[in-house]
Amino acid sequence: MLFVPGNNPGMMSDAHIYGSDALMFDLEDSVTLREKDAARLLVYHALKTIHYGECERVVRVNPLSTPFGKLDIEAMVAAGAEVIRLPKTETAQDILDTEAEIERAEQKYGIPVGQTRMMAAVEGALGVVNAYKIASASPRLVAIALGAEDYCANLKTSRSLEGSELQYARGAIVVAARAAGIDCIDTVFSDVNNEEQLVKETRMIKQLGFDGKSVINPRQIKPVHRVFTPTHEEIVKAQRILAASEEAAARGSGVVALDGKMIDRPVVIRAERTLELAYASRAVFEEDEV
Amino acid sequence: MTRDQAFYSALSALNKPAYVPGENKRLYDKDTSPLKNRMARENKIVESLEKAVELSGLQNGMTISFHHHFRDGDHIVNMVVDTLARMGFRDLRLAPSSLSDVHAPLIQHIKNGVISHIETSGCRGALAKAVSQGLMDQPMIFRSHGGRAAAIEEDEIHIDVAFLGASSCDPFGNANGYSREGEEKSMCGSLGYARVDAQYADNVIVLTDNIVGYPNVPFGISQRLVDYIVCVDDVGDASKIMTGATRFSTNPHDLMIAEATSNVIVHSGYFYDGFSLQTGSGGASLSVTRFLREAMIEKNIHASFALGGITGAMVKLLEEGLVSRLLDVQSFDLDAALSLKNNRFHQQIDANYYANPYRRGAAVNQLDVVVLSALEVDTNFNVNVLTGSDGIIRGAVGGHPDTAAGAALAIVVCPLMRGRMPSVRDHVNTIVTPGDTVDVLVTDQGIAVNPKRPEVAERLEKAHLKVTPIEELARRAERITGKPDPLPFGDKIVGVCTYRDGSVLDLIRNIT
Repeated sequence: MLFVPGNNPGMMSDAHIYGSDALMFDLEDSVTLREKDAARLLVYHALKTIHYGECERVVRVNPLSTPFGKLDIEAMVAAGAEVIRLPKTETAQDILDTEAEIERAEQKYGIPVGQTRMMAAVEGALGVVNAYKIASASPRLVAIALGAEDYCANLKTSRSLEGSELQYARGAIVVAARAAGIDCIDTVFSDVNNEEQLVKETRMIKQLGFDGKSVINPRQIKPVHRVFTPTHEEIVKAQRILAASEEAAARGSGVVALDGKMIDRPVVIRAERTLELAYASRAVFEEDEV
Repeated sequence: MTRDQAFYSALSALNKPAYVPGENKRLYDKDTSPLKNRMARENKIVESLEKAVELSGLQNGMTISFHHHFRDGDHIVNMVVDTLARMGFRDLRLAPSSLSDVHAPLIQHIKNGVISHIETSGCRGALAKAVSQGLMDQPMIFRSHGGRAAAIEEDEIHIDVAFLGASSCDPFGNANGYSREGEEKSMCGSLGYARVDAQYADNVIVLTDNIVGYPNVPFGISQRLVDYIVCVDDVGDASKIMTGATRFSTNPHDLMIAEATSNVIVHSGYFYDGFSLQTGSGGASLSVTRFLREAMIEKNIHASFALGGITGAMVKLLEEGLVSRLLDVQSFDLDAALSLKNNRFHQQIDANYYANPYRRGAAVNQLDVVVLSALEVDTNFNVNVLTGSDGIIRGAVGGHPDTAAGAALAIVVCPLMRGRMPSVRDHVNTIVTPGDTVDVLVTDQGIAVNPKRPEVAERLEKAHLKVTPIEELARRAERITGKPDPLPFGDKIVGVCTYRDGSVLDLIRNIT
């Protein structure tokens, strides 16, 4: 998910070409108070005008506690944003309040109620403690994300390269997301010139269970994708597992065996996920033989 | 045989004179002084530029030429034309291989009638803007590097006096863009474009700030071609002639284009062990070299040679053994110049060897792949590298049409949009390279293949590289930028853009 400042038309005109899976247009922290209205209009028109291809279009709105929150939500729902991202989420009530605003806007603009989905960003200690309640507050919620900068400030610490201060929050968010059955997205890595550390961090959060990572520069997309893209060996193995599983199902047998070994159900699920990732990352094409 | 009656009657039958010591006054007397003394006494060094001009016999209305290897650091053109103006010359035809920002002072000499015609490959900065606004009575004639070499060879451009700056020169005129004889004050690497002028000009004056011992080998220009040598304080500003290694772009657009271009090359059918290539020096085309390097290592593919303006990136491939030879008509950065100086597999070539359109053996015709930048591309694949989106001259034809016509696969790269202007559109301002010689367009928002090359499109699609019709790319740009307003062109022809053979591709009108 690529962050795109909502006040930068140059970046917005072709943000989709770099191959990120989602674009997050920001009306919140990257836009100064004086430019809030201009950015809202700009993003509204960008969403209405520009064809962003296969990129999912997410907009980070200002919190409802500010004078801009309601206006942002209304404009973005009207513009057809697929996901509204709520910043600094602390409680399930924040989600419900936002949802009510979204629903109001959907009704006003003739958009099927429930079509606009939501993403919650947890950026403080309270949000992390309430992570599961937040993640399960609404069927519109598709993902929960960690915003590390505010979280660290709130925790009275600072960000380190190895990210030990984020271990608990990351773990809590992954567990909450899985318990609620939604996706979880990791925070940004801000040093765009340090690709080596970006790759290290991405490997680590993938291992923790995250579904993806936020990036602030197009140059970060490829390294992150490389970490999440299954290797050729993994793809071949996954295909063999699924073939064995299908064959067992055809025989009406619940027992899957490959190379003389029993294969457990979780292994089959993991193989399915590997292939989903492989197709999504274009590492392999469905019509190709591997 | 003794010189008797029989000897002389035999010579008479052969119609040959007998050798008599001292009789042929065209022969030099044997000089028995040591070389060091002779060198100081008999050489081609003339005490001043004015003297050299007088000796050359330059007249009003004649053609003078220059090279552009000193790029924006060049002091030669302004210095020489200032001198000619002081000496009272008028109505001169200026035929440099190219012009740049630093040549703005020529505006005054055009106004004063010192310069009446200009024939060049490119023009930039204040001079270009003034020409676009109608400064000159006669249109500027633009030629490609290969087109210029052919025009000189066929006497379409007759150079009366060539003023050629050199980073080093010995007292007899062996000149080069570097020197193995010691430290040069300013190095430019190859003198490829100047070599044609030296070969065909009636008079050749070398201007140098670095006289070195005889013989200055290797030389780019042979003493045989040089008439006079003038010592000057500076041939140019070293910091603007050469920068260190050209740096790779970190611009994400450039990187995307470069990576896509590398993928296109790999799957084009022209990526095989022993292939040949040329890449430019612009942001995206330079970065192609980096991505292609990774593909060459991964697939164990080597190039037989790389051609053209050579950059440090290409030198790296030579040094790593991924490219076997470099043919260098112009060295783009210090790494390239140093490699030319030190690596025997890095060969200096002239513009004729590089791109003469009438020679089957010209190096451009041996190219498999060339990657070329563009300012604008139209839906017929015609390319503009000369005039900006404001219609003002701001570029150079260079080797663009030469390499596109010569290479088996010509890939043009440019972003789909630059700021608020579309780069892919229905019509380009000025056609510099005709679309029938361009095979593939790579933009940051998609790849288009010339319908003349369906087999290339097929290979790319087979490799899962999405090919988009060029009209669709133009529409995609227009959806965001809108249709630009027509430019305020006047009726005066200020530029003539010729193809390699001198035929006219397009006319440039004045901007009001």
